[in-house]
This record gives sequence, C-alpha cells and structure tokens, in this order.
Amino acid sequence: MFSPDLADALDGSDALTKRRRAAAERAVAAGQPSFTEEVWRYTPIDDLDPARYEFAAPGGAAGPTGLMSAVDDGAAAVVHIANGAVLDVSVRADGVRVDTLGDGADDLIGTVAPEGPDAFGDWNLALATAPVAVSIDPNAVVTGPIVVHVHTDVEGLAWFPRLVVMAGRTSQATVIEHHTGGDALALISPLTELSVGDGAHLGHVTVQELGGAAWQIANLCSDVGRDANLRIGHVAMGGDYARARIGTDMTGRGGHSEIDAVYFGRGTSTLDFRTFQTHIAPHTTSALLFKGAVDDYARAVYTGLIRIEADASNVQADQTNRNLKLSPNAWAESVPNLEIENSDVQCSHASSIGPVDADQRFYLESRGVPTDVAEALVVRGFFDEVLDVLPSEQISASVRQRIDELVSDADFAAAL
Amino acid sequence: MSDNSAHTLRIEGLCASAGGQEILQGVDLEVSSGRVHAVMGPNGSGKSTLAHVVMGRPGYEVTAGSVTLDGVDVLSLAPWERAQAGLFLAMQHPTEVPGVSAAQALAEALALRAGNDSPGADQLERTRSLLEAEAAAVGLKAELVARPLNVDMSGGEKKRNETVQLAVLQPRIAILDEIDSGLDIDALRACANRIEALTEAGLGVLAITHFTRVLEYLRPDEVHVIVDGRIVDSGGPELAEALEADGYTPYLPEEPDAGVAVSIGGLGSTPAVGTGASAPEDPFADPWADPLDELG
Repeated sequence: MFSPDLADALDGSDALTKRRRAAAERAVAAGQPSFTEEVWRYTPIDDLDPARYEFAAPGGAAGPTGLMSAVDDGAAAVVHIANGAVLDVSVRADGVRVDTLGDGADDLIGTVAPEGPDAFGDWNLALATAPVAVSIDPNAVVTGPIVVHVHTDVEGLAWFPRLVVMAGRTSQATVIEHHTGGDALALISPLTELSVGDGAHLGHVTVQELGGAAWQIANLCSDVGRDANLRIGHVAMGGDYARARIGTDMTGRGGHSEIDAVYFGRGTSTLDFRTFQTHIAPHTTSALLFKGAVDDYARAVYTGLIRIEADASNVQADQTNRNLKLSPNAWAESVPNLEIENSDVQCSHASSIGPVDADQRFYLESRGVPTDVAEALVVRGFFDEVLDVLPSEQISASVRQRIDELVSDADFAAAL
Repeated sequence: MSDNSAHTLRIEGLCASAGGQEILQGVDLEVSSGRVHAVMGPNGSGKSTLAHVVMGRPGYEVTAGSVTLDGVDVLSLAPWERAQAGLFLAMQHPTEVPGVSAAQALAEALALRAGNDSPGADQLERTRSLLEAEAAAVGLKAELVARPLNVDMSGGEKKRNETVQLAVLQPRIAILDEIDSGLDIDALRACANRIEALTEAGLGVLAITHFTRVLEYLRPDEVHVIVDGRIVDSGGPELAEALEADGYTPYLPEEPDAGVAVSIGGLGSTPAVGTGASAPEDPFADPWADPLDELG
C-alpha cells in the first residue's frame, strides 16, 4: 500500500529506523488486506483504495473539544497532535513524563507490540511520524487524566498516530485519547500500547468522534502485569469505517482487565470491533461489556475472542455484547468466541441484537409516557450499564448527554 | 387527575384474538368512579387478555366490540394516550426497564398531563417526593423507587411498586391484573388499603384475580365470573364467597367426551351472545388450551 522507502526518511534513532524498515517489509509481504480473510470478514476493507490517500505529516491546528468539554481543565498532561505532527505537549503534574520522536519515545515504541498485530500495526511502526510516549513514575498517583488529542482534517491524508503508555509499578493514572476529524476523506491508523506494571492501576479511554468520510483502523495492545488492573473504555461515535482491535494480554498472575465500549452508528457508517482477552498467567480475570446502537443505515460488527492458554488456570473471563437496532435498514452482527486450553477456568459469553424491547416500551406507555419518549428512555437506559463503568466520569457524562441528543429527535418506530 | 366528576369505563361486546385464536368472546362490563369490580376466572379464561386489550398491549387484535372512557373510544388510542386519558394497568408481571427510574418515567407522564413537553428539574423532584411518600404508604423501601424500574426487585416489591405508581398517577380507572400474586399477606394488605383509600376518593377499579383472598381487602362492589372469554355470572360480594366454597366448577363445561352439548351455568349468558361470526367453530374445544400453544 505504501512504499517501505517512506520509513527510511523519517526521524528517529538508527535502531528505530531499522525496526521501521523491518516492519514495512512485513507489511508489504502481508499484502493488501481482503475481506476474504477471517479478520476482515463483514468489513468494507475491499473498498480501501490506497491511491486515494497520501502519506504525509503536514500538521495543523488542534481539533474541536467535542465530548471532551472541560476535561482538559483538570488534566495532569495535555498533548495535541494533528495530521501527523505533535503540536504541543503540556505536563502539569508530577510523576508524568511525555516523550516524543527523537526523544525518549524511540526506545519505548514497540514495548508491548514489537510487531503487528496486523499489517496496519506494522505500517504504524514503520510510518508513525508523531509517536508519543507517556510514562507514569512507579508509585505515582496521578489524579487528573492525561489527555492526548488527535485531530485529522487534511483531505486525502493517511497517517499513523502512535501512543505508548508505560504505567510504572503500583502507579495509578488515567489516559484519555481523543480522536476528532472534520469532513476530510482520510485514513487514520492509530496504534496504542499500554504497559501496566505490577500492581499498577491504569485507565484508558478512547473517544472516537471522527467525521463521516474518515477511515480509522485502530489497534490497542496491552500487557497487564502481576496484580495489575487495566480498565479500558472505548467510545465510538463517528467515521465512515471505524475499526478498533483491542487486546488485553494477561501476563501477570493476579491481573485484572476490563474493556467497556459504547458505540452509536448513524448514517452509513460501519463500526467494527475485534477484541482479544488473552489469559497467559494463572489467577487472572477479565470482563468485557460492549453496548451499541445502530440507526439509519449504519452497521456494527463485534467479534470477540476469549483465549485461555494452557498455563492459565484459575481464570475467570466474561464477554457481553448487546446491540440495539434502531432502524429497519441498520445492521449488526455479533460473533463471540472461546478458545480454552485449560480446564480450570470460568468463562461466559453472551450477545444480542434486537430492536427497542416492545415490553419495556409498553410498560412505560402504560404509565402515560408517549411512544417516542418511551423509546428514547429505553435507549438511554440501555447504555446506562456501560456508561456507569467507563473509567472517566466526565466522559460518561458527556457521552450520556450526546446519546440523549441523538435519541430525543429520533423515530425508532419504523424498526419494529 | 383526581376530580369530583364521575367517570365510566364501558366495555361492550369485546372480542379479541391473539395469534389468530379468539380469546375474548364478547365481554360486557362497566366500571365507574368509586366502584370496585372484581373479575374472576380460572386459568386461560381470558382475564389477563381483557386487561391487556383494554390498555392496548401489542399482540392482540380486537375483532368486535367497543371500549369507551366517558364516551371516548379507547381502542383508537395508543396505550400512552389511554393512560393520559385516565386508565392505568397494574401489571401481573411488571417489566424490568434497565436504566429508567419510576421518577423519570412518571415525571414525563405528569409533565405531559400538565401540558408541558418535557419535565423540568422541579417536576422530576416533585415526582420523586411523591413516589417516596407513596412508597412509605405501602412499605416499599424509598431507595427502591429510585432504582431502574423493577430491576432486581422481588415479586412483592414489584407489586408494591405498581401500587406506588398507581397512587402517584391517580388515574380515573385502574385495572389491577392479579395484584395479589407474589404478595405476602402484609404486602397485600398494605397495597389493598392504599387502593381502597383511592377508591374512596373516586378511583374506579377493575381487579382481575384468580383467588378470593385479595377481595377480603379490596372489598368489591361487584364480582364477575369470566369463563372462556365471556362474563358468565355477575353478582355482589356474596358471589366471591360462593366461588370460595365451590370453585369454578359450576361454570365449567361438561367433559367433551361425554358426548353432550356444552352447558354454561350462570345468569343466562349464551355462547353466541356478542361473538357473532367469531364464535369458535368447535364448541368442544378445550377452553383451557393456551391459544399460543396451538400456533405451531
């Protein structure tokens, strides 16, 4: 899709340049992805025409506040990245370090994901022009969120945001990644690495509110240490095609991870989620809750795998995906999977796809609540369970308000 | 909605089907302000269907007859319009509505009744206090009315919660669909006392029940027996006592294999009344069969 030569021209240490070259060659060898591959099933990946995009790093101005209203005010650090370039970095609290390319970031890139996890991940390593590494000192308790704004508004741009978070031993912090975009037709392929040190508590929230022409192919890879706790939140509201592949590797005994996602597809957008809860160490737990709605002609795909490796005994892993179909033309698919190589585990998975529950609507109507209001209440209520557990109350509040706005004018009756 | 004028729910010749199977076969009933009517019948007699059809639950088709409230055609209204007109249905199995509290839902309904598009913060607060006060009146913990509707509530708590909402909404006519099921005796007494107080203030009640126990507390003015989708007997409270002693057997048809015509006892209702062309083709059909069982 892109020339490996592009990687050679980027800044960074010699060691990084060497790794970039190798990653580009792996990506070229993998070839153009196709929906005939299982990992791209149900996706419009065959519509991806690399010739429509140009790899560049023109930079620009910061994006809109969107769902992040007032979040920056109490932030421990704020980073602005736009169109392939870091605009500014502001660290406001002790215990937090932010490094960029040519600085400390070079050696940290690839800590959790030295390769892949797919061709886009390799392209990201090869072509990340504005990598940012956030390090939390061991034992540091960082109260405000560390906020990374990533904005794309250059027509035809392809670029590869990369964020590495190193949560030191028994540290506590929350990182919020905010992806915004205008109407530009652009290809954004971010990769986030979360390294959660032993005993650390890390929260990470992605807030995706891209424009309607943007393609996003995102990867999040994480490594959860001994007795560590990782809470991942994912909010997906925009994009023409927005894919997020989220993986948690439970490598330390006693570790716990949670992945909670809220999504709302409108127009003709396709939201695509692939999750991997991988239990490598014994006595690890993971929980996953994905709740979304599709309206208009939107599509949503959820594919999730709980994988328990042979040495991982005493594991508990749960996975739940629920979809509300708000229009007759909307479409959702949910494919949960288990792969278990150890018998001493407790796993569960559940999924559902359906319209607004007719009994719930009738119950509210029987109290005198008009049909449209009853449906709006049911849709809001549907999201409550997951909004209550997102690792940022501010984000939960603003997403709740956005969903209120989306459902208050909508007419879902046609879906029933 | 409490006012001093009298209101009347009139059900005439009501026939309704579900899944193509006729369940109500010509029901006539009239409930007015301040009166308590009990409708009793065996399983499968159409009691709950009557409640659902009057409130407009999806899944039923009205094939004949009419339902009016003070002359207004109820059947042409959406369920929420029926509620706004003054009807209330206390459900036998109240639906869990995740993420929606009683205060949120009832504030919407009360705001609309007051002519406002949506409830303000003050309406929400007022509704919450009303709910808490009514919860105390029937012995429901106040924190339960702040919870998502019916979620993680016991059967008894759900029924108390229905009574709480009934009291806050103050409808003109309330249909109670087996309000007694799942309630222990103390809860039953608390709910029935609250409803009785509301009837003294003018509420009309149509209480659907399987057992006579609830009637010791609700004290009906009239008792009706429904069998096979028709009211087959009506009388005063003494009818409930007779049912307590004899059960529904006197109203039930002979065993079909006896080879004789079905006879239905009671006050002269004949099978053909009000049913018109929708009368069942097979007079020997099992009246207890669940129509939905036969769909497959």
